[in-house]
Amino acid sequence: MSSLRLFILSLTLSLCFAFQSDELLLDDDEFGLEGGNQQPPRSDPHFPSPSTPAPRKRFTESSSSDSKIQFSLHHAFGDSDFSDAGNFSARLKTWSHGGQTLTKLRFSRNPLTEEEQKKFQELLQTDDFYRIRLPSNVLSPPGRDYIISSVKARCLPGEGLEEHFVIHTEGINILAVNYGAPGACPYPRQLKRPVRWSFKSHTILKNSEQAPRTPIFAEDVLGGEEGEGELVKPVERSFWAKYWMYLIPLGLIVMNAITQAMNMAEEQVGGQGGAPGQQQAGSAGQRGSNAGVRRR
Amino acid sequence: MAIRVFLIVLLFLSFTNLTYSLYEDQVGLMDWHQKYIGKVKHAVFHTQKTGRKRVLVSTEENVVASLDLRHGEIFWRHVLGTNDVIDGLDIALGKYVITLSSDGSILRAWNLPDGQMVWESSLPGSKASKSILHIPKNLKADKDDLILVYGKGSLNAVSGVDGEVLWKKDFAGESIEVSHIIQSSDVIYVAGFADSSKISVYGLNAKNGELLENNHAALPFGTFGELLCVSGDMFVVLDEMRSKIVIVHLKNGEISYNQKHISDLTKDLAGQPVILPSRLPGMFALNTNSYVLLIKVTNQGELVLVDKVNNGAAVSDSLSISEDEHAFAFVHYGDNKIHLSVKNVNDWNHDLLKESIVIDHQRGKIDKIFVNNYVRTDRSHGFRALMVMEDHSLLLVQQGEIVWSREDGLASVVDVTTSELPVQKEGVSVAKVEQNLFEWLKGHMLKLKGTLMIASPDDLAAIQALRLRSSEKSKMTRDHNGFRKLLIVLTRAGKVFALHTGDGRVVWSILLPSLRKSEACENPVGLHIYQWQVPHHHALDENPSVLVVGQCGPSLSTPAVLSFIDAYTGMELKSLSPAHTAAQVIPLPYTDSTEQRLHLIIDDKQHAYLYPRTPEAIDILKHEFSNVYWYSVDADNGVIRGHALKSNCIQEAVDEYCFDFRDLWSVVFPSESEKIIATMTRKSNEVVHTQAKVMTDYDVMYKYISKNLLFVANAAPKAAGEIGTVIPEEAWLVIYILDTVTGRILHRMTHHGCQGPVHGVFSENWVVYHYFNLRAHRYEMSVVEIYDQSRADNKDVWRFVLGKHNLTSPVSSYSRPEVIAKSQSYFFTHSVKAIEVTSTAKGITSKQLLIGTIGDQVLALDKRFLDPRRTVNPSQAEKEDGIIPLTDSLPIISQSYITHALKVEGLRGIVTVPAKLESTSLVFAYGVDLFFTQIAPSRTYDSLTEDFSYALLLLTIVALVAAIFVTWVLSERKDLQDKWR
Repeated sequence: MSSLRLFILSLTLSLCFAFQSDELLLDDDEFGLEGGNQQPPRSDPHFPSPSTPAPRKRFTESSSSDSKIQFSLHHAFGDSDFSDAGNFSARLKTWSHGGQTLTKLRFSRNPLTEEEQKKFQELLQTDDFYRIRLPSNVLSPPGRDYIISSVKARCLPGEGLEEHFVIHTEGINILAVNYGAPGACPYPRQLKRPVRWSFKSHTILKNSEQAPRTPIFAEDVLGGEEGEGELVKPVERSFWAKYWMYLIPLGLIVMNAITQAMNMAEEQVGGQGGAPGQQQAGSAGQRGSNAGVRRR
Repeated sequence: MAIRVFLIVLLFLSFTNLTYSLYEDQVGLMDWHQKYIGKVKHAVFHTQKTGRKRVLVSTEENVVASLDLRHGEIFWRHVLGTNDVIDGLDIALGKYVITLSSDGSILRAWNLPDGQMVWESSLPGSKASKSILHIPKNLKADKDDLILVYGKGSLNAVSGVDGEVLWKKDFAGESIEVSHIIQSSDVIYVAGFADSSKISVYGLNAKNGELLENNHAALPFGTFGELLCVSGDMFVVLDEMRSKIVIVHLKNGEISYNQKHISDLTKDLAGQPVILPSRLPGMFALNTNSYVLLIKVTNQGELVLVDKVNNGAAVSDSLSISEDEHAFAFVHYGDNKIHLSVKNVNDWNHDLLKESIVIDHQRGKIDKIFVNNYVRTDRSHGFRALMVMEDHSLLLVQQGEIVWSREDGLASVVDVTTSELPVQKEGVSVAKVEQNLFEWLKGHMLKLKGTLMIASPDDLAAIQALRLRSSEKSKMTRDHNGFRKLLIVLTRAGKVFALHTGDGRVVWSILLPSLRKSEACENPVGLHIYQWQVPHHHALDENPSVLVVGQCGPSLSTPAVLSFIDAYTGMELKSLSPAHTAAQVIPLPYTDSTEQRLHLIIDDKQHAYLYPRTPEAIDILKHEFSNVYWYSVDADNGVIRGHALKSNCIQEAVDEYCFDFRDLWSVVFPSESEKIIATMTRKSNEVVHTQAKVMTDYDVMYKYISKNLLFVANAAPKAAGEIGTVIPEEAWLVIYILDTVTGRILHRMTHHGCQGPVHGVFSENWVVYHYFNLRAHRYEMSVVEIYDQSRADNKDVWRFVLGKHNLTSPVSSYSRPEVIAKSQSYFFTHSVKAIEVTSTAKGITSKQLLIGTIGDQVLALDKRFLDPRRTVNPSQAEKEDGIIPLTDSLPIISQSYITHALKVEGLRGIVTVPAKLESTSLVFAYGVDLFFTQIAPSRTYDSLTEDFSYALLLLTIVALVAAIFVTWVLSERKDLQDKWR
């Protein structure tokens, strides 16, 4: 539970790392980032620069070949036609077992033209949709169909225009893109105009994760014999461990009886028998000391 | 150690579940079960011998049943699998019922009296073909009783005694469509068409299947339909233009034919004639659009028109009543009555029987008729007829009366909705109450006796009878607890029934005129039923209504049919047959001033139509125009799309109720690796009570509760077929949880080595689904729970005090979701037909999963078993929280079958409806049978049980009060005595 939360935390943390460094994370296949000309790299001071040497090592060791590919992002304003909006570039890793995966996604967005800015203003005014699309296959775009996603234009403006892509891939196919503002966008959406007409983009590549395996209690299957073993176990426990609750009172009773007997003997023997009595006590050792305690 | 703990917990749980389950005497108190068989296809009477008279039927629901001819009850019944379609039914050797099923590849014999299977043989073949079951009718019991079966392109002779295949003749290479098997003493003739114009007749030796002769004759024209055997050596068939009747004569293996124009027989011929498949000696029936013509074939091959009956007639097969006399029945519909005539084939002018029967017109036309004869007390011939009606019901008619009827349309329920009953009106007469007061007291005294265990066996029986026919539960008014409702079911026949939840009786039924065959609508099918109007403000004087959506044919491109029905009276209020299709119906969460719900109907041409068509509805929709989102699943292409309304339609004809829409998002699954096999959403009317879940460490997890979640399960294309066809490496199951407003994938997970079929249920923030794990060779059930991380910070009390929490901020799908998903898988022994979850009025009561198992039973499984938080060794705090130690498989506790000893044969669906009482949920399971019960997943914590003895309570109170008085008096007296002392 907590480890899962830790994982999520680390995920979101490394996610934060991702969008302000473009070189160091080259080897991280989970996240790519926007290399937009508008965004000054590492401008945000409160994000420490990440250092992830472990994954880099892993990937250099694996037997795979890389090739560079590019695919473009199209956008549309309301119901207008789609036009070029930017380019994604990624590394295509071909694994020895035949699979192909996309890694090291980078995105460069074309700056909005005057006309596009005007159109965007209109969208903001009418609270309409800003739509984007990606090819469903990166090798032979557009593949079977385009992946479309849209967002209410009023969600995007922040300082500049902020957008967040989560691209779900399966090999060389893109299944879906979660597109929207990086933060919240509560209803009713307020009309606010961006200060700068430049996009600040965050991109993440996501692959399918594996389902947790069904717990298999193999020992339960063998439980028959082991169960019997467990039943035998109590016999193996030491005598003391088993019967201490009887032994202690028994011991106390015995001791009580002995001390009483000794006292009686002392009284009988009186002053004369002092020395041998003492001796006896001494030879009794522990018992003697115990008896002594009692006498005190 | 773990085992022991588990066993103890299991033991504990089984005890707790014991209290969920029923006691023997509680069966039938709150549940009812109805047995059906479905629409009858074949019927064979068995009345020769003395003893029980019965009729054997096979139905379209793949049921073989033996019905009591006196009362219509089921003696025995077997439901074959959904793919095991019965093609033929007959009786062999006078003691076995023979069924041929699965395209003529499985032949079974059932013992006639008790329905035990005697033998089964599989008849493999390569070619798909028509299948024919032919059992020679030898009056004297022959020593080698052959059953001739044609199926899968080969003719098999099977011994009737043990099902052994005696010989087999393969026709797969002959390109012949066999349509008839004729047996004369030692030679079996097999006749059929090759390429619709070439008649072939093969003669085979009945002893060993040896080919004796082979004749062909080519007709100079093609033919239409099937060859019909008129007499031993004469066949009729229509030519391909359907204007001529061709009579084929077969004499000693020689084939000759002549033909006759239908227009020569009758002048007013309209439409396309079809030869009816009734087997009549020397006659046949021809169905034109307006008439049924009965045509006699003379020995010379001449055709004589003997009668013309108006349409809606059904003709039975002939029945031999004596050595050379054959009778047959035909019925037709006229003046709200059914006219049944039984005639002798050879003596046309004389009626053996002529009766008129009044039948409820909600049963529609007569579909099929089967006739049977008996000897009357005056030694004349009597006839009884078994009629299959348009609404799939079954009637037995004898002596001009309906002896019994069965509502077998209810075996094919398509969709279910519920309706509240009318509110009880004021003004119950005092006399009624007074009369009932004595009864009430008597009942409670009996119960008291039962509780105090002083009741005699007679009293016990009386108590049980009293409980079973408690008039409370079958009243036609709304009750305080909301247990009494109407279940409104739509059946495949296009008939809508309202069933009372108290006892399952049919309150009303209507055969929808709009879902009947008409010229505009060839093959109408009912698709869905929705609640159209649910009056709350005017519940006293307005009736609720339901909407039935259908379409004119099996394909999505046929126009829609809409029908509105009053839920109390069963009257059709109005019906519409719009020009557009109904690919999708979306009930919107808005109602107009008359509380009619707004519905959007999406057609296949990218238009959305608003219903009801009122200006007010337009106003409401305009107001919420930008907030209407929906999605469509294109399973064939593996694409899911999201849509939103755009503007009014741009068409020639202006229709302000028509809207264009646009695609907002799309998810395209790679076709080479994934195929959509199941999608699930939350129920739109589900109520969630607690937004957060408190963990054992006093940590709070907020549930991600959104109405717009869609669960999608994709399988590898190779593994989309049956289990066992692929190896684990080729199979995988990918599950997605999507937001249907933005198309965001919230969670995505792959189960390797697993395959469908996937059944599941989505509720609150979790989804439970069932699939097959090929690696473990077992079925599995997985749970995924989604939690909202954006609210996770709201744990600090000070934040609440200072109002710094974001719980009241509106939730938007456009905000970036921060969710985490937790999941866990468990093995489950059964394969599953349906999964549902209990739903209660306010969502407080804990949930149970209702699993329709392969054994056609419904198992209630606590949701706690499917909790991703289960660990092997839960801490003390977790145990107190109700966390069950992790096990690899889900327990099946036999007491938690809510169907107890019953089976809902052919289970297809489970519907849960909340009662007004929070603890209770109403469950309706349907298939071939219907079953209804109430369940309380956390027991009825908010009400006293039905058999609570108020009298005992009263008695105790009275006794206590009396005791107080007695002791008071005693103590007073003692005080006085003390003072006098």
